[in-house]
Amino acid sequence: MSGKIRLINENGLRVDGRRPNELRPIKMEVGVLSNADGSAYIEQGKNKILAAVYGPREVHPRHLALPDRSLLRCRYHMAPFSVEERKSPAPSRREIELSKVIKEALEPAIFLEKFPRTSIDIFIEVLQADGGTRCAGTTVAALALADAGIPMRDLVVACAAGKVDGVLVLDLNDIEDKEGEADVPVAYMPNLGLISLLQMDGSLTIEEFNQSLNLAMEGCKQIYKFQKEALRSRYVTIKEEVEECLR
Amino acid sequence: MFFFENRQVVTPGDLLAEGDYIAGNNTYKEGSRIYASRLGLVEYGEKVVQVVALNTFYIPSVGDQVIGKIEDVNINGWVVNINSPYQATLRASEALNKPFRQQKDDLTRFLDVGDLIFAKIISFDRTIDPVLTIKEPGLGKITQGQIVKVSPAKIPRIIGRKASMINMLKNETECKITVGQNGIILISGPSPEHERLAIMAIEKIAQEAHTSGLTDRITEMIRKEKGAKK
Repeated sequence: MSGKIRLINENGLRVDGRRPNELRPIKMEVGVLSNADGSAYIEQGKNKILAAVYGPREVHPRHLALPDRSLLRCRYHMAPFSVEERKSPAPSRREIELSKVIKEALEPAIFLEKFPRTSIDIFIEVLQADGGTRCAGTTVAALALADAGIPMRDLVVACAAGKVDGVLVLDLNDIEDKEGEADVPVAYMPNLGLISLLQMDGSLTIEEFNQSLNLAMEGCKQIYKFQKEALRSRYVTIKEEVEECLR
Repeated sequence: MFFFENRQVVTPGDLLAEGDYIAGNNTYKEGSRIYASRLGLVEYGEKVVQVVALNTFYIPSVGDQVIGKIEDVNINGWVVNINSPYQATLRASEALNKPFRQQKDDLTRFLDVGDLIFAKIISFDRTIDPVLTIKEPGLGKITQGQIVKVSPAKIPRIIGRKASMINMLKNETECKITVGQNGIILISGPSPEHERLAIMAIEKIAQEAHTSGLTDRITEMIRKEKGAKK
């Protein structure tokens, strides 16, 4: 029931005290799982998401292999404890759709044609959800892919913008997503300047839509800095370990 | 024009250079612009711009010598795991010194599941899986020694410029060291102590692959360890 909850207060601040064009606090880490070829972890506000990448590896079952490129498979999954009411661990209609959407957002960034007849498998596990998990999931999966050493044209970074209580806002959380008027998730390849995911839920005027899109792209550019930093710090920690050994 | 300093960390998609350069390892070219395709350190050469990757996997290439493990025995050959996305095959005709007779020869008598082999890749491309041979001198079944696994990205560092590192290791540890391009290394020495020392040195090289003056530091380390033992 919109209108019952005030999502923007008299000072123009949002439910969690953010300004309209402000992101939630973000923490990223790369290389968190030792059994995966590549892995990453993200905390974006209350979202906590793990991603693991395996591959390129042999395709099982064999008949799915593609003769001209690698098969990219993606599983987005929410843990039963990730939301307030227990979620059945079986993949829901929504999760199957998000798996496909995330896969398609990452696909153009990867040099799949370099590894014909193999598969690259991405697993995105949402440990705690608070809105915008498809975007955070895409962001963290791109990090895990880079960590696995899979050649990529660019990193992929995703962020949502939307309309809440008549105000255009960046990086919607769960309440804003559910009670707000519109939500526009965008996945973006910042160096190439290409958009690989664009969805819209709710209603916006054309003018508002263009503004939301620009706002989301600005958000992506900010998150991209965190992504690069997370990858660089992977190198720095290795270097520090080495220096520790030298002492 | 270069956009980074030499040996700076770059991430996929970073614009490395613009102009008349050649795109080296782990980079790609679009028009006259060269971008990074992997996480690693950028290296600007005279003509070539390349990225030394932090992590890679092994993609077979014809002529490479690799260490593999027999996974399965077929009617006329073996299936070999070479630590790569592609499974290699070794035909009986490429392993036996005499003509292969399907009815009489029992392949498991030559190589069985779990055996390790040092082999050379004789063919591989986008459409066919790698094919191996062990019919050349120095190749064949591995009967003794210890195995170390490192990331294939570190193999050039373990060999060193003009094989300087690997020769140093062989001399200092008195071990026979066989390097597979797929990141698997065989060490066999006069005693387990010698082998242990060589393994330690190789693991250290893999860990510190991106630092300079490594050959000298490793030499020093091995000598110190050897001194402590005596």
